[in-house]
Amino acid sequence: MKRSRLGRIWPNATAIVLAIGFVFPVYWMFNTALKPTGDILTEDPVWFPSHLTFEHFDTAINAPNFWTLVRNSLTVTIVAVALSLLIALSASFAIARMRFKGRRGVILVFMIAQMAPWEVMVIAIYMLVRDADMLNSLVPLTIFYMVMVLPLTILTLRNYIAAVPKELEESAMVDGCSRVQAFRKVIFPLLAPGLMATSLFGFITAWNEFPMVLILNKEDHAQTLPVWLYSFQTNFGNDWGATMAASTLFALPILILFLFLQRRAVGGLTSGAVKG
Amino acid sequence: MSVQTERADAAPETAVHKSGEPPGGLDAKRQRIRDNFLPYVLLLPALAVTLVFLGWPMVKNGDLSLQNINRRQLILRLTEYTGFDNFEEALKSEQFWRVVGRSIVFTGVNVILIMVISTLIGLLLARLGKTMRVTLQLALVLTWAMPIIAATTVYQWLFAQRFGVVNWTLDKLGWHSMADYNWIGSQFSAFFVITLLIVWQSVPFVALSLYAATTTIPGELYEAAALDGAGGWKSFTAVTFPFIKPFLFATTFLEVIWVFKALPQIYAISGGAPDRLTETLPIYAFVEGVGNQHFGMGAAISMLTILVLLTLTSYYLRIVLKQERDEL
Repeated sequence: MKRSRLGRIWPNATAIVLAIGFVFPVYWMFNTALKPTGDILTEDPVWFPSHLTFEHFDTAINAPNFWTLVRNSLTVTIVAVALSLLIALSASFAIARMRFKGRRGVILVFMIAQMAPWEVMVIAIYMLVRDADMLNSLVPLTIFYMVMVLPLTILTLRNYIAAVPKELEESAMVDGCSRVQAFRKVIFPLLAPGLMATSLFGFITAWNEFPMVLILNKEDHAQTLPVWLYSFQTNFGNDWGATMAASTLFALPILILFLFLQRRAVGGLTSGAVKG
Repeated sequence: MSVQTERADAAPETAVHKSGEPPGGLDAKRQRIRDNFLPYVLLLPALAVTLVFLGWPMVKNGDLSLQNINRRQLILRLTEYTGFDNFEEALKSEQFWRVVGRSIVFTGVNVILIMVISTLIGLLLARLGKTMRVTLQLALVLTWAMPIIAATTVYQWLFAQRFGVVNWTLDKLGWHSMADYNWIGSQFSAFFVITLLIVWQSVPFVALSLYAATTTIPGELYEAAALDGAGGWKSFTAVTFPFIKPFLFATTFLEVIWVFKALPQIYAISGGAPDRLTETLPIYAFVEGVGNQHFGMGAAISMLTILVLLTLTSYYLRIVLKQERDEL
């Protein structure tokens, strides 16, 4: 059965249109961030800038508090993800490898926790944090981000641990390893890709989190990058070049991580049901 | 939500720690007790932090919803319990029900668009040659990876009243009244931008997973269908669709939950403008509670929203668990 010429062309044509449609906003962000202001505020858009400039990145980086906020974002995200990996590792090992009473219930708890509507609970969280006199501190943010990414981390890691053949571990134990040693020397090295994929999604969630930091940390020096980016436009008005440069700076770490880890991640992702 | 619906190893793993322990003996007994407790010890930190830092705000939310807390009470740290007054007031107000109706329509439109477009793209990916497929996949991955707040900022620029590329394009296409159009000036156009943004962000995940699901369909099924004289549409309804149906069903629910509680996109694009006409339930709770400092009222609206989400979630989990009995 030979397809007609049209039948061969239309899927490719549609694919090109779709690819352009999806990529365009991302392209336009880079495009605007990199062209001189004269090319941004024009009657007709400049689709392909003739010369590039980093002046907007300069403006963005020199905005007040920028480096403080970068440090805040990195601290909160990395600590939250690292802690949740640590906690998840032991929990998911138990779920994947052991049989005990209440196992189903435990999995269910994490599945429900994964769907927790954090966005809607910010008022209560604000009250709790205020009562503890911890507003404008990075500690509550870190803790809540850790709990936010924990269920998914556990559910994904569990799949990776279950995928490591049990015989490997058993033979290590026959050879005289203790259970802890067997875990450290046999399972852990095999888990590296799983750990990377899992931490990617934790990283994205924590890096992106917006409502909670918006309400908890009102002081400039205690905020994170999403709030900065959200208020950037308010602060800089129509300086779209600088605003897009700021967006680029914020998006770049995630875009790079994602392109590197995507292939591995999709498998883990579809089994854990997440969105970046 | 994995798509391998026919996983063979459905039986739960047998415990490792049972292997080769001689019965009796004090050491062995101690060992057995330790092994019995070990899983709980390993789970303790995870369960503890989840129950404390998720459960506690949840309880606090319920507690707040029964109080009258406005600016004054907040500053003076007064506690005034008013029973179910907040709920009564919310449920009796016309505004609340308008927001509920709006949230449902908003969620419905978004989810239908996301699912239809993703399914079409997923199927298209399966038909493409390698080069085109990788190109489209790359475009989807880039979109997917865009952080939410960065994407909302970019959309504000795309739809900017002056110098925005969308207005320019519409003007050039002959729709001259759009040349200086203010997109968040009307309810419909503001929702249009928000919907476009959410659909654009959500499609890649569904489309790529759906494509991954179709690659697990055995080729023989299509061959058999072709032998039976099935055309493109027939082989879709007879082979592809039954295979991806469970996936579609579960994902639809997941998207309903995600879209229903979408906050940053709406908050950053319109902030509820114009005239609070683009507030959905989460935004409404946020604006009432935090913005207008009616914390008790906000908590009551949150509580109602959480109730809706919990119902949706329990349905979703039932679907997922039915699909993968081996999950538990």
